[in-house]
Amino acid sequence: MAVMSRASVAVVGPGNVGTDLLVKLLRSEHLDLRYVVGVDPASDGFSLARESGVATSAEGVDWLLSRADLPELVFDATSAAAHLVNAPRYAEAGVRVVDLTPAAAGPFVCPAVNLDRHASAPNLSLISCGGQAAVPMVRAVSRVAPVIYAEVVTCVASRSVGPGARANIDEFTATTARALESVGGAGRGKAIVILNPVEPPVVMRDTVFCAIPADSDQGEITSSILRAVAEVRRYAPGYALRAEPQFDGPRPEWRGLARVAVFLVVRGRGDYLPPYAGNLDIMTGAAVRVAESLVRERVGAL
Amino acid sequence: MRTSTAASDPVRIVDSTLRDGSHALSHQFTEGQVRAVVHALDAAGVPAIEVSHGDGLGGSSFNYGFGLEDEIGLVAAAVQEASRAEIAVRLVPGVSTIEDLRAAHEVGAGVARIATYCTEADVSVQHFRAAADLGMRAVGFLMFAHHASPRALARQARIMVDSGAECVYVADSAGALALATVQERVAALVREIGADAEVGFHGHQNLSLGVANSVLAYHTGARWIDGALCSLGAGAGNASIEVLVPVFERLGVPTGVDGAAVLAAAADVVAPMVQRAQAGPGAGLPAGQSGGFSSFLRHAQRAANRYDIPVHEIMHRVGEAGYVGGQEDVIIDVALRILDERDAVGTVRSNR
Repeated sequence: MAVMSRASVAVVGPGNVGTDLLVKLLRSEHLDLRYVVGVDPASDGFSLARESGVATSAEGVDWLLSRADLPELVFDATSAAAHLVNAPRYAEAGVRVVDLTPAAAGPFVCPAVNLDRHASAPNLSLISCGGQAAVPMVRAVSRVAPVIYAEVVTCVASRSVGPGARANIDEFTATTARALESVGGAGRGKAIVILNPVEPPVVMRDTVFCAIPADSDQGEITSSILRAVAEVRRYAPGYALRAEPQFDGPRPEWRGLARVAVFLVVRGRGDYLPPYAGNLDIMTGAAVRVAESLVRERVGAL
Repeated sequence: MRTSTAASDPVRIVDSTLRDGSHALSHQFTEGQVRAVVHALDAAGVPAIEVSHGDGLGGSSFNYGFGLEDEIGLVAAAVQEASRAEIAVRLVPGVSTIEDLRAAHEVGAGVARIATYCTEADVSVQHFRAAADLGMRAVGFLMFAHHASPRALARQARIMVDSGAECVYVADSAGALALATVQERVAALVREIGADAEVGFHGHQNLSLGVANSVLAYHTGARWIDGALCSLGAGAGNASIEVLVPVFERLGVPTGVDGAAVLAAAADVVAPMVQRAQAGPGAGLPAGQSGGFSSFLRHAQRAANRYDIPVHEIMHRVGEAGYVGGQEDVIIDVALRILDERDAVGTVRSNR
């Protein structure tokens, strides 16, 4: 049996998301974390990377792309604006990128829904934490009944949201809403995000509402949702329903449509920030899952 | 009471009947109603009128309740109706987007009122920049101001001013501030941003202190004061504009607003629109006491009916759990937990 080679990867942006990802990458059997780069020497992830023997630089993408030994794949955990600047440079260097910012430069990927669809794309967008939580639920409903409109309300602990994400809240809402449509299958999508500063920090939660025809099969929808939750838990084990899906009958103010509401809690594995930061865990869990699947495909093709 | 004869600084009265007030009507204002209210306020000399879904542009949703009409259409109608007043829109980053602001600007909105939770001002930086790019006036709103110390609140106000706010409000969203706690916060903001921007106050009636708090805010240096006709607003409602105006007049503070005209606007235009009485301090009191968000009240009432649980039990639980403004979705979850606990208690009892 041939020894499977590990793919060399880099993390750009060692803030909250990047550092949580780094911890997961150090555990991966298929991914070899070679570089961690950023622009702020004080970034959280640098010392952790150095302790683990990973090369670091605060000179950003310039430094990374001038390595003789380029990584096969980059995880971008910077900000939407920075990603849009860097994306063409990765493309030029022939380095694939998994984008954890809400820049939406490449096709949207949610591992539980469309992992295989975009296997050859050079730039894959992981949407947003709210998108990773909500899209599988919207898709679970839309494969049973038409979803005329879908809405997600994401609430995360203030402490888990770093400066990059704070500067990008508009991209977060716009990108998440679009993914509810294009990946979730909703006619129209809407996203709302709330940062809650209460101490002790609150665990990430998401409520997903779908407008559906009054005669939709509630039993089928519920079992489809349960299957989708199990699928997401393969890479984000703290993803769970807080209650049974709630069905409400049609109302005039809902234009005669009925509604299903799904109440989710997303607990993290505490890799970097404590378990309340499920928003980091579902993104980085999805990122590792996507990258490992790309690597397996590459090995399979040999 | 005799007041000083020295000339006082004028106060800028801003009306929020058609934004915060829409909570009281579950966001069901019609275009005709918007036109009638704007016409009356404009004629009375109110210089700025806010028109948006109660939870801000884009608030029309399952979570907050769907608006009856397209809100950009309502903003356009307000702009057409106003001859002097500026039309303001409310932007809540995380709910409203820059796209929403552009749409409102296109139909003539002149002021962007950008609101964040009192500790999260940095999420609004990109929205202030967008307002400046559009050539709109930009005003900041620090909601739930009772949840931050005066010093912390002032630091957050500084972020908004540095991003382009010409005024930052102490927004007592839960109606939980009382007299001195308003003054401490307004004073801290005046100290921090007074040289660069003005300070505003947005009062709620949960403790029946909306007007008194507004007057104290003025005396501490706030120059923009919000109100609404008939006290319309989330929870127990806002400070009434038809009371604020004569009170300021009596204190010798120029408002530029015709007191008799706003009183008539309240009685003849808005009162007939109100389907049920504004929840008085009695119903809104739990929000004022627990510091829960006033806008939760109607949603809690709906969940109380749907799941047959007392509304005060839901409101109490929501306050206790530390949920913040915007998290209306948790109300159903809280109701389900209360039901679960009852079932569990029932099981234990039946096992005895």
